[in-house]
Amino acid sequence: MTRSHGLDAHLLVSRREGFTLDVSLSIPSGRTVALLGPNGAGKSTVVATLAGLLPLDGGRITLDGRTLDDPGAGMLIPAEDRGIGVVFQDYVLFPHLTVVENVEFGLRSRKTPRRSAREQAIQWLGRFGLDDLADRRPRDLSGGQAQRVALTRALITEPSLLLLDEPLAALDATTRVALRRTLADHLKQFPGPRMVITHDPTEAFLLADQIHVIEDGIITQVGTPDDIRLRPRTAYIADLAGSNLVPGTAARGTVRTGSHELHIADTHITGPVLAAIHPRAIIIDRHQPDGSPRNTWEATVTRIEHYGDRVRLQTGDPLPLTAEITPDALADLQIREGSIVWISIKATEINVEAD
Amino acid sequence: MKKQVTSSDRRKRRPPLVLLILAALGLAVFVIPLLGLLARTPWRDLPTLLTGDVVLDALRVSVIASLGATAISAILGVPLAWVLARVEFPGRSIVRGLVVLPLVLPPVVGGAALLFALGRRGLIGEPLNKATGLVLPFSTWGVVVAATFVAMPFLVITVEGALRNLDARFEGAAATLGAGRWTVLRRVTLPMIGPSLAAGLALTWARALGEFGATITFAGNLQGRTQTLPLAVFVALESDRGAAVALSLVMVVISLTVLVVLRERWWRLI
Repeated sequence: MTRSHGLDAHLLVSRREGFTLDVSLSIPSGRTVALLGPNGAGKSTVVATLAGLLPLDGGRITLDGRTLDDPGAGMLIPAEDRGIGVVFQDYVLFPHLTVVENVEFGLRSRKTPRRSAREQAIQWLGRFGLDDLADRRPRDLSGGQAQRVALTRALITEPSLLLLDEPLAALDATTRVALRRTLADHLKQFPGPRMVITHDPTEAFLLADQIHVIEDGIITQVGTPDDIRLRPRTAYIADLAGSNLVPGTAARGTVRTGSHELHIADTHITGPVLAAIHPRAIIIDRHQPDGSPRNTWEATVTRIEHYGDRVRLQTGDPLPLTAEITPDALADLQIREGSIVWISIKATEINVEAD
Repeated sequence: MKKQVTSSDRRKRRPPLVLLILAALGLAVFVIPLLGLLARTPWRDLPTLLTGDVVLDALRVSVIASLGATAISAILGVPLAWVLARVEFPGRSIVRGLVVLPLVLPPVVGGAALLFALGRRGLIGEPLNKATGLVLPFSTWGVVVAATFVAMPFLVITVEGALRNLDARFEGAAATLGAGRWTVLRRVTLPMIGPSLAAGLALTWARALGEFGATITFAGNLQGRTQTLPLAVFVALESDRGAAVALSLVMVVISLTVLVVLRERWWRLI
């Protein structure tokens, strides 16, 4: 038996409706893996099997060297003995309990004396800035507050694995952006392996060290956020995750990133931002264009990849990007790896979001 | 000539007259018997009537039997509801049918069945009597058994419905937090179905309180031992009309109170 730290799992689940889940995951302690995929891909089934709410039909789950589920060996540890912290989609806070009662639930279930459980719960609430909400009921919380309560409730039991199922999906767009950063900070403080389940590529890119893409019950690509973004392997990833995401600092209608400056349409936004540029919004030319685009520069084509009726080009410095053109355009422009091309992007094609 | 319609008429058009008349007649079906009861109530003698031996004995038996049946229903009915809602087994729909059977079965038939099963010569009653000396028929315990038989279905169907409607993710979340199945049941499942459980218990109690047919068939009609309020009403109708009316009034007040308190939940559940 291996005594490695972290999660090792091969999940096999067959459903009656012909859906099969076949997923292998390995998350070392202190690392965050995002499971990124469309609705119905099997993400929630992954959560249920790891948490112990759905037994495997095949495969094995090992956490810190301890086998949690191994149908071949007739081994199954129930959910309550797994020590896995779960932040469920929509948070699933107990509506009949107050915030502090929700948070101390895990301790009380582990036979911690009432007073000690209450003290620890209040301490944890303080750490998450939730002191004032201790006596509220979940229905009186905002989405962001509920999310932090759910996270506190999961972390107080000091689990060996942290699972977050769509932790930001229940929030409105503004709150989501604000809480992404906070959530990333909280995740970093958790010493064990962490897994974020999401359908939102931006979330996966910002929260995870490594992304597993799941489609129709199987993993279609594993890689760092850059791998996934720059070298998507399926049409789904290319469409959803293939956007260029450029972190930078915005001021007076520009975003500065490294040595480069992008012109953007929004002249009011300032501070740290994330600029998203869709590969199809990037225009490739052999000569300097004389049209209206505010952003034009020369770059070397470092890589060319074909996906059926589309071609993805990667360009080098000063701002590495992925652009998408048709095979015909590639032939017309006579572009090869190493070719020098002109890149142009209209300012209105750059989506900027506060980071 | 066109009819003029004012804007307030537009918003609340009068319902069809035929419907209103039929609805009023429907209501009358419920109200007229109550009026008859009130018209015959000997208000001046009421305090004396209500403190007579027969009334107090019947009230005592009724309270013991109805509360006993409610307690037994809670102890046995909640687990039964849980199994029906959460455990898949062959023949589950047949079991569910058996559970609700007392709701449609004539109580007299239920009482006869209880007699054949639990009577002194009954299928279970005979060995039970030989082993423990316990005789259920014509004892207050028999009243409790009869009331439980007819009333427990209310609890089982109410609680089962609530359990089916409860989002299983709450119990899942509790399990991931380290709660064993018993803790989940005690701290999450039961509190979350609390309102339905309370409604089910109240309905069970009200049904047990009103039980007549199964009781008189199985437990008889012995004052102070098996004579409940409804049985006392039945007997008093023959001998002392005033007492019958007074007893009936007590039962109307109790039933009405329970229904008014539970009105909201009752309509929502059914």
